[in-house]
Order: sequence, then C-alpha cells, then structure tokens
Amino acid sequence: MADALLTVQGLGKRFGGFIALDGIELEVRAGERVGLIGPNGSGKSTLVNCLSGIMRNEDGTVRFDGATLDGLPAHRRTRLGLARSFQLPKPFGSLSVAENLRIPLLYTVDGRNGVHLGERDIAARCDELLAMVALDGKARARPRDLTQIEMRKLELARAMAAAPKLLIADEAMAGLSHSEVDDIIALLFKLNESGIAVILIEHIMRAVMSFSERLVVLVAGRKIADGLPQDVVRNPEVERAYLGE
Amino acid sequence: MKHLHFWLAVGLCVILVFAASRLVTNDYFFFAGYVVLQYIVLATAWNILGGYTGYINFGTSGFFAIGAYSSVVLHKLWGPPIPVLILVGGVLAGAVGLGMGGLTLRLKGVFFAIGTLALAIVVQTFITNWDFVGGSRGVYIIRPASVPLLGTYIHYLFFVMLVLSGFALAVARTIERSTLGYGLAAIRDDEQAAEAAGVPTLKLKLISTTISGALMGMAGAPLPYYVTYLDPTSGFNLAYAVNAIAMPLIGGTTSWVGPLLGAVFLGTIQQAATVTISSSLNLLFVGVLLVLFVVIAPHGFIGWFRPRRRREVA
Repeated sequence: MADALLTVQGLGKRFGGFIALDGIELEVRAGERVGLIGPNGSGKSTLVNCLSGIMRNEDGTVRFDGATLDGLPAHRRTRLGLARSFQLPKPFGSLSVAENLRIPLLYTVDGRNGVHLGERDIAARCDELLAMVALDGKARARPRDLTQIEMRKLELARAMAAAPKLLIADEAMAGLSHSEVDDIIALLFKLNESGIAVILIEHIMRAVMSFSERLVVLVAGRKIADGLPQDVVRNPEVERAYLGE
Repeated sequence: MKHLHFWLAVGLCVILVFAASRLVTNDYFFFAGYVVLQYIVLATAWNILGGYTGYINFGTSGFFAIGAYSSVVLHKLWGPPIPVLILVGGVLAGAVGLGMGGLTLRLKGVFFAIGTLALAIVVQTFITNWDFVGGSRGVYIIRPASVPLLGTYIHYLFFVMLVLSGFALAVARTIERSTLGYGLAAIRDDEQAAEAAGVPTLKLKLISTTISGALMGMAGAPLPYYVTYLDPTSGFNLAYAVNAIAMPLIGGTTSWVGPLLGAVFLGTIQQAATVTISSSLNLLFVGVLLVLFVVIAPHGFIGWFRPRRRREVA
C-alpha cells in the first residue's frame, strides 16, 4: 500500500535473551480502525511502546506519514501526529484536568506549521476537548478526584489534544462496566469519524469486534493473523492461541 | 509581556526593603539579613529543580562553593566589582549544572540525588587540593572598608543580595507561569506521560539544572567578601545543602512563594538562635521543624492557603 499512514517492517525487540517481538509487519491506512489482540504477554504493549518511542526496537523500521521514526524520542513522534494513551492512566496529578490538556496543546500544537496559540485559543480548545469526552464539569478538578472511567476519558482527551493522525489506545476499557465500555467505543468512533486512524488494543472481544475494520493478532511476539475481524476469529491458529489445542 | 508587572513589583519591593533598612543603625542586622537573603536565593534555586521538576539535589553546597571560589580566583587575578563576580559565578555554576544534568539526568529518584551529592564531594576535593585558592588552609580576602553612597561594605553586600533574591524570585515565578513551567510540572508528575504529550523531557531537565545551578552559584559569588576568610569546610558547609532542601519543603514546593516563606522563617529562626542560644544548635532547629512540618503541613505553608480538595457532587 503506497498510501499507508503507518508502516512497520520487520520490527523486533528483545529483553536480554527473551524475544518480545519478532519480525512484525504492519500497515495502517489514514482513517482506518484496526484492532490489535493477543493473549497476555504476547507483546501488544511492547509494540505500542516501540511505536510511540518509549522503547527502542533493535530491528526493523517504522515509517509514519512519510517520515522514518527510527531513533526518534517519544515527544518528536507525538509532534509528528502519533499519539497514544496508556493502559494504566498516567494523569499529571498536580495539575487540574484542564491543565492536563494544556500540556500537549503547548508542546505539540502550539508552533506547529507556524500556528501560534494564544491564551484564548488554548482555553477554547481545552473546553472543546473536555466537552468531547463529557468532562466539561470537571475542568478544575484534580485527576485524583475522577472516577475510573473519567480517568480513561482524560487519558484519551490528552492524547487527542496533540491533534494526532493516528491514535493508539492501549486497553482504554480494561476494568470498565458494560455501559462504560459502550461509552468509550462511541467516543472512539467519534474520533475516527473526524479522520483519525485508531489502533485499538483490547481484551474485550465485544468491543474489538464492533469497532475494528481489521483485526491483527499477536501471539508470543509474532503476528499470526491480519484481516477482516470475522475471518480472523475463525482462523484455526487464533483459536488455538486463545483456547488451546 | 505578561510577567512585566511582577518584575516591576519585585523591583519596588527591593527598593522599599532597602529604604527601610537605611533606618537601621545596628550593623548586625545587615550581617544577619544577608544570610537570610542568601537562603532565599538558594532555596528558590533548589526549588526550580527540586520542586518544579521533581529532581532532588543534595549538592547545593557544591554549586554555591563554585560561585564562591570563582570569586576568589577572580579576586586574586584582577579584582572586578561584585556584580561581575556574580555573573561569572552564575555562568560557571550554570555550566556545571548543565554538565551534571547531562551525566546524571538519566538517573531517577534517589540515584540522581546520590549523583548530586557525589558532585559536591568531587568539587570539594578539587578545591581542597588547589593551592592557588588557599587549599585546605583557606584564603583571606581584604575588602574595602566602605563603599561610596552606601556607607560600610556590609550595607553594600546586603543590597547586592537583596537585588539577587528579588531576581531569583522573579525568575522562578516567570518559569512557573510559562510553557516551560507547565512542561516541568508534567515531568515531575510523570515523565513517560510528559514525553507522550510532546514534552522534550531531557532538554527541559537540562534547562532546569542549568538555571538552578546558576542561581546557586550567583548566591555564592559574594561569599568571600562577606566572610573575608574562606576555607573549604565553611564554603562547602552541609548547612547550605540541608537548608536549601528544608526551606522549600517547609514553605511549599509548588510555588515561588514557598521557598521565600521557608527561607525567611527558617533563616530568621536560625539567626536568632545563633545569637541567643547557641551557634551550633541552629541545625537542630531545622531537623525539628522539618519533622513538625511533615506532620502539620505536608504541603508547607502554602498548603494551608490552597483550597481544600473539593469533592465534586455529580
């Protein structure tokens, strides 16, 4: 695919003698919704960490939106438009909810393409993001006063504040109730409709199946399936990985 | 410029305090006041790295002594006026801060703290074995008896330190309210999340160690003229490192007001205790107060005036 937004070629990551990821090939088109699943310890989070620059992959290259990301620190990747949320929310605890969103606005959007954000632009954009995730009443609250789902929403809103082209949502729904999961899925669909490609990493199959256009399966550091969700879940190799022999 | 008002207000405060000090006839006031002002600079400088960025520096005395000994060297070579000494001390200590940051900022938490302590010891060993600046014997500085317009030399030193503390506070507040300040706060709260939010953490940490180190060096530069006899034991005194940590903690670390309150409070108590009770007892006060404040005011003085955490009712 020539028009791929993200291209991963032969990506490998080792921890000492342990091979966490081996020869991962992956492409994501602009505006695509991709589900990434795999059993615990299969390397999903390691892949996210390598893509977002928190970890360095030893082998392979990652290309994003025409640029090669190899060796770039995480903050440069975020500025290029590759944003992520963390599996365990990592809010800036001493700042208010609105200030949490201010950080990516100041450091990624401000100054990008010569656009300078004034104080009023930043406040307006914060309000917009908070309204999007239905946290508008909590702008002045501290993260520690938020509920679990609100914390997840803040995590997504902060990733969105960087105005990304691709959002990697790392288990944004783990531990949430049925209706809360629906909430987050609806939110992710809304983001996707605005043109942002989404990689959804998730254990909750109901969420993955309803959201993804394409499903990628990792097992023990290797990609074993990549295709339409209905086909992938019927793949015998995938069944074996999840259900055993 | 949104910070201009604050800088003007600080300038006005400096003039007012100095004008008020002209009414004081006892020179001891200036000697004691100098020490308190010096601690305002040190505590504020420490807080830029320790409070804003979340990296604990145990090496304050090292940076402070770099400023002091750079003045000794310049005094012996050429003898420039004190503002020049402050500038040179600041540049040197800032450069050491930058270098230290480059070497140690990949360390986190307690390992970084140990690294800074090691730096102070390395600098002390170097100075102790450098004959030109007196080595372990120490060095005498002959200062002029008086200065035109200001009267005795200690009035001049007091004025210099007053201006410097105003400068340090204005720098700290400017950082706090700027993009840099938000970036530092993000680093303090969660470094990975800060990177993911686009904050260039390494660069910002280096800026922070440089500014913090430079201000400490500036605070140390006039020291040889204040003490007139400087040896490594007094220049690298542990009290500087301990106080520079205790004062922001007692005042509060998240705002420029904290180190100011902490330094004035603790510095004044120490000066009073030195003359009324015992000169060796004043560090004990630091310990006792620190324990007390951890219990009654875990966020320092400023924690008392912050709005209590509100439970939002949905």
